[in-house]
Amino acid sequence: MATTATHHDIHHDTHADEHEHHEGNFWTNYIFSQDHKVIAKQFLITGIFWALLGGILSVIFRLQLGFPDASLEWLRPVLGGWITPDGKLNQEFYLALVTMHGTIMVFFVLTAGLSGTFSNFLIPLQIGARDMASGFLNMLSYWFFFTSSVIMFISLFISTGPAGGGWTIYPPLSALPQAISGSGLGMTMWLVAMALFIVSSLLGGINYITTIINMRTRGMSFTKMPLTIWAFFFTAIIGLLSFPVLFAAALLLIFDRSFGTSFYLSDIYIQGQALAHEGGSAILFQHLFWFLGHPEVYIVLLPALGISSEIIATNSRKPIFGYKAMIGSMLFIAILSFIVWAHHMFVTGMNPFLGSIFMLLTLIIAVPSAVKIFNYVTTLWRGNIRFTPGMLFSIGLVSFFLTGGITGIFLGNSAIDIQLHDTYFVVAHFHLVMGSASFFGMMAGVYHWFPKMFGRMMDHRLGAIHFWITFVGVYLVFFPLHYIGIAGFPRRYYSFTNFAFSSGFADLNMLVSVAAILTLAAQFIFLFNFFYSMFRGKLAPANPWNSNTLEWTTPRNPQHGNWPGEIPAVYRWPYDYSKPGAKEDFIPQNVPYSETPESNLPHENDQIKLESSGDSGSIVIGPKH
Amino acid sequence: MSVDIKIVEEPKQPMTMNPKKFGMWLFMVTVFMVFAALSSAYIVRRAEGNWSYFELPALFWVNTVVILISSITLQWAYVSAKRDNLESVKIATIITAILGIGFMVGQYFAWADLVTNSIHLVGNPSGSFVYIISGLHGAHVLGGVIYLLILLSATQKGLVHSKSLNRIEMCATYWHFLGGLWLYLFLFLLLYR
Repeated sequence: MATTATHHDIHHDTHADEHEHHEGNFWTNYIFSQDHKVIAKQFLITGIFWALLGGILSVIFRLQLGFPDASLEWLRPVLGGWITPDGKLNQEFYLALVTMHGTIMVFFVLTAGLSGTFSNFLIPLQIGARDMASGFLNMLSYWFFFTSSVIMFISLFISTGPAGGGWTIYPPLSALPQAISGSGLGMTMWLVAMALFIVSSLLGGINYITTIINMRTRGMSFTKMPLTIWAFFFTAIIGLLSFPVLFAAALLLIFDRSFGTSFYLSDIYIQGQALAHEGGSAILFQHLFWFLGHPEVYIVLLPALGISSEIIATNSRKPIFGYKAMIGSMLFIAILSFIVWAHHMFVTGMNPFLGSIFMLLTLIIAVPSAVKIFNYVTTLWRGNIRFTPGMLFSIGLVSFFLTGGITGIFLGNSAIDIQLHDTYFVVAHFHLVMGSASFFGMMAGVYHWFPKMFGRMMDHRLGAIHFWITFVGVYLVFFPLHYIGIAGFPRRYYSFTNFAFSSGFADLNMLVSVAAILTLAAQFIFLFNFFYSMFRGKLAPANPWNSNTLEWTTPRNPQHGNWPGEIPAVYRWPYDYSKPGAKEDFIPQNVPYSETPESNLPHENDQIKLESSGDSGSIVIGPKH
Repeated sequence: MSVDIKIVEEPKQPMTMNPKKFGMWLFMVTVFMVFAALSSAYIVRRAEGNWSYFELPALFWVNTVVILISSITLQWAYVSAKRDNLESVKIATIITAILGIGFMVGQYFAWADLVTNSIHLVGNPSGSFVYIISGLHGAHVLGGVIYLLILLSATQKGLVHSKSLNRIEMCATYWHFLGGLWLYLFLFLLLYR
């Protein structure tokens, strides 16, 4: 498919440049590759494909919401029977669009596309390893994801439509094929695809953790790891603990759907007929789902935060502010993410006292989040900021993380949640704090590491244009949604034209839809930049951003094994930017202290003796003081 | 600040363990999380009432003993491998595999007992949970038996001996884990009926 074709081309290009002999044939090098860099690119290209599709789906339902009276007849060539005879969007298909948009964006783009790409690409390169702990499992991880993608993609085209019960697939709606057409075959395919997806995530996660713990190069202690690696590490641990729970929830749902058990179903009448299901609990599903669902938010967000930590420090030419506080806050967020799930369920009739406990725990997340934002801002403070596209997107992430996070304080409050629950306020909140922030982190990562992935530079000017349109567009889409939500618009409604109160917000809804279309259009600037630069971009220097981490010590197009010679050893932390007295404003991690006597701090001079021990012939420089 | 830097600054190889063994432990964590999810689902659902009570099949006791004995026999295989006594490794692995299969057959007959007690998969969730939990555990035991057969063929090829214990160590770790997991699940089902 498209993915394969692109890969073919990319690698032919690098092949021509490098004149290095490849072992193996086309299939083992480019398709069933076990090289982490190729697998990362496979995840990236698949993720971009899904992001585009998810974006298009959202624009289709935004057309319905912004222009409820417009004729969508012109979409008939694409959507066929899903456009009703009078030129409207089919109402059940609307639900399917919302469901698939959520599923695609949360799982296929921001979990697989983000973690899959950057964990695979950066973990071995930044910790100094030749490859992942198990290249084979890594390859399997991608192909499980690919199979899952194919099944989910096919489900878009079946006659009953894809799953339509919302990305949270709450039973009984999702459990009863009689309920809506989207709960039929589409839902079955959703469950199968997600089961495969979970396997893929777990294989990936096991590999990431194993690699980070066991494959670090000499000197790469935990306190010298870049924050990206810390973020991927925590992400993988969260995934490892929470995805099995989703698997259990889905397993019980499958039994309810296909074998007639009653885990989630009880006392249901459809068209006057009582169903045989007896004794189940729909709330049980919500508990299980959100035990994954909430950590999933951080599975999506933490890699983006790690990526932006790295990019902001590099492009501010300053050490990251509060390195250990950053690690600590990520650890704290990771722990808290497992004990706040019931804040998604405040209005399910749970005990109000229990509600207050979950409220308290939820609001505590504001503390580590604020620590992170504070550290980003203090890193930027008085830095020599270079506004590369990656930097712009990282700063955009900080902005979204802040504005979206603040509304979380409202939503986390169990009393206010009674009013705001299930409204567009929630939609605005999580699209800013989780969706847009993570998407910006992903974009920042692509712009920043593109030179290492493809050996060429992306165009700065196009990157900046892409950033500004997307940044303004995202705020134009999601800021008004807060007002619409407070006004009482519920999520997932097909149309509001029957309610008198909604007429005052028709213009605002129109504005949101226009902004959404513009934002989607801006992504084509990125796509052009991405694919054009892959072949025609300026050749990248070995270390285009003057960065300290190990991946920039590899050749321009690292081959399998990453370093042609010995893997460099690590002597210092990754954030020695603008160190007083240093010749340049950066000192890579693999430069020993003995080579930088002019900038060493007293305690670092003491390290020189340790560095040279056992290495005869090296010069030992005594402490200055 | 300066204290921890002094300790870590020398460029030495960080402490590591065998990546495959480490991965196996992580895999067991995921399996445990699936069952932790199921048992917490069980507790949550049970707390809501409308919960039918029934006796667990007596065969579960027998099966528990079988799987515990199989752990001992595999440990015997491991100790034999350490002493390069390859014949006992093979015999012990085969016995373990047979006990594993015996466990699964026993679980099947336990289900048959449940059916004669008119506890079916479809019905009150209290019964459905027993089928799902024991069935999913059985599926993992099946995986374990296949793993044992792979180990057996590796032993046949001379890949398991006192200088190369990784395979049998990992297999034994997983197998003991399955036994311990069943012990936990059985006690759980006994205590929360």
